Amino acid sequence: MNNSLLVVVLASGVAYGTPLLYAALGELLAERSGVLNLGVEGMMLVGAVMGFWVVQRLHATTGISLAAAIGVAAIAGAAMALVHAFLVITLRASQIVSGLALTIFAGATGLSSYLGNDLHLADNPARHSFHPVFPSSMQNWPIAGPILFGQNVLVYASWACVVAVSLYLSRTRPGLNVRAVGESPAAADAMGIDVTAYRYAHTLAGGALAGVAGATFTLAITPQWVDGITGGVGWIAIALVIFAFWRPELCLVGAYFFGALQALAPQLQARDIHLGPTVLWTNSLPYLMTVLVLVVVSSSGARRRLGAPSALGVPYVREER
Amino acid sequence: MRIERRLRQPRWLTVVVPACSLVFAFFASGLVLLATGHDPFSSYRKIVDAAFVSNGALGQTLISATPLAFTGLAAAAAFRMRLFNIGGEGQLYLGAITAAATGLYLGGSGGASPFVIAAMIVAGCAGGAAWALIPGILRAFFRTNEILTSLMLNYVAAYLLTYLIFNSESYWRQTKGFNATVFPVGKDLPSSAVWPGATIHVRGGITLPLGAGLAVVAALVLWFLYSRTRFGFEAQVLGDSPRAARYAGMRTRRKILAVMAISGALAGLGGASQDGDFRHTLDADPNGLQRQYYGYTGIVVAALARYNPFAVVLVAFLVGGIQNAGNTLQGADFPSGLVGVIQGLILFSALGGELLVRYRVRFGRRGVERALEPAA
Repeated sequence: MNNSLLVVVLASGVAYGTPLLYAALGELLAERSGVLNLGVEGMMLVGAVMGFWVVQRLHATTGISLAAAIGVAAIAGAAMALVHAFLVITLRASQIVSGLALTIFAGATGLSSYLGNDLHLADNPARHSFHPVFPSSMQNWPIAGPILFGQNVLVYASWACVVAVSLYLSRTRPGLNVRAVGESPAAADAMGIDVTAYRYAHTLAGGALAGVAGATFTLAITPQWVDGITGGVGWIAIALVIFAFWRPELCLVGAYFFGALQALAPQLQARDIHLGPTVLWTNSLPYLMTVLVLVVVSSSGARRRLGAPSALGVPYVREER
Repeated sequence: MRIERRLRQPRWLTVVVPACSLVFAFFASGLVLLATGHDPFSSYRKIVDAAFVSNGALGQTLISATPLAFTGLAAAAAFRMRLFNIGGEGQLYLGAITAAATGLYLGGSGGASPFVIAAMIVAGCAGGAAWALIPGILRAFFRTNEILTSLMLNYVAAYLLTYLIFNSESYWRQTKGFNATVFPVGKDLPSSAVWPGATIHVRGGITLPLGAGLAVVAALVLWFLYSRTRFGFEAQVLGDSPRAARYAGMRTRRKILAVMAISGALAGLGGASQDGDFRHTLDADPNGLQRQYYGYTGIVVAALARYNPFAVVLVAFLVGGIQNAGNTLQGADFPSGLVGVIQGLILFSALGGELLVRYRVRFGRRGVERALEPAA
């Protein structure tokens, strides 16, 4: 039963969905403060390559190496986000173009590739990687075993992140302040909230989570470094925030849905199942489905821009209120 | 430090600021090189050498610059209306696919060369435009974010291109002969479908491809369209203020569709030029066309040119030089990815430079008081 297509796709869907979830939560934090960051793909790749570098070069036990790698990946992602934050918050540049610039600068042909090449990281498997935490007897339980207990610690940590972000935004003072900054920066400013500081902090936090999302690829899903290893997941994560109506708990559902779509292609190919041009449609499925869901969301429920922060993408200039 | 809006934008700034952005981008890339233990000066000397100075360099640069001019024009056409079509990459692939099919079919059935080439140009434009119209229609009728949809379709187009050559026995794939059994390749275009070029015999020979000429013509047409016609005026008003445009009775949907189609057609023409001018086959090799990321680099070109079509052609030559140097120099002392770093930094500094065109930066308190005087 645990080898049936459905269970395997769902179980690896959770694994593939995890980087999507981290990246989407990060983007959600930035967007809730009013900053659109289209550079997720770039931040993820730099996090991925830096995390992998730590694991390859640090001589320490598995636990310490992996913890350090995740930390460095988060810092690297945040450093990338800082460039974007400076340009769009302080210099009031176009958030769209700056995000694209970040993707080109850091992305598959940019800094991440440069670092991977310069630090000689390609062609070697990771020295340490994340493995399932629960004993194999639990992983063999029917259905729930592989899906719920066959995962690594990053998966369980991402669940904690969903709860944390959700509580933060709805139950804490700073969380409510962020939402005010994203909805109406002028009103937030009048209340004495430092709009600039909040936007910087949440853009950086978003970058850190994107960095962790990237490291999930190089340290858990496919423990190696390849240029452009994320393959567009950063962009799907941006779309995911829209499908999730800017709510963390819905990000979880969407991430696993798209994770399962990504898991489908290798599984169908491995089982030699063919339906028409299988290679073409299974590989394209996550991207086509993203387009489809975006269309559904933008034409129906979100006519009223359900959940979108009102000030998303708009620079705040106190003098020009 | 205070930042305030300029009431008038001096003309000279629109030239000086992009130039300074370029210098700053190279300065910042130099820091990246230094931080990773490379000598920036020797790297830059190598880039300039490989891009513009050494024997045959200019010809190679032109090969990189031609597609960048097309994708740069494609991005400029759309971005001017604040339609962020970042699907130039996929639209270029689709143009290459349709143009290759046309060239193979018409050339194979013995059509006259000028006729075949003209048909390839039309087919390339149509393929790119059709692919761009998907996000265009979704944007116009469902208000779907065109950034994400056009980008998603890049991945789909890349899988389609790979599928046609690697995973199927399609019309484009060479299935006969020994080489075809070793590694999947596309069929060679018949000689009547190969685009002519004019060769200048200086510095090891520079070939001016037909595509480069077409890019200049396209730039002229685009300039005329945007600065001399009602269509261009309305498109820019729609970009600057959609509300004002609707109030004035401009047709938003129709314009979105038209601008996306134009943008896609330009990128598709770049794809046709890849087939006809340079590759002479539908190139799906993972280290070939798909490695060049012409579509994304076109955005850098368009932004540095401040969306001016003539400037796009000039900037494409410059950025094409960097791209060419990256292709030529790739090796131990020239890490891959450096070109992307430089291009990203160019885009960042062009964007930061935009601030200096639109705003004035004043330092110190005295400046603030002086600015406030007339009001008081």
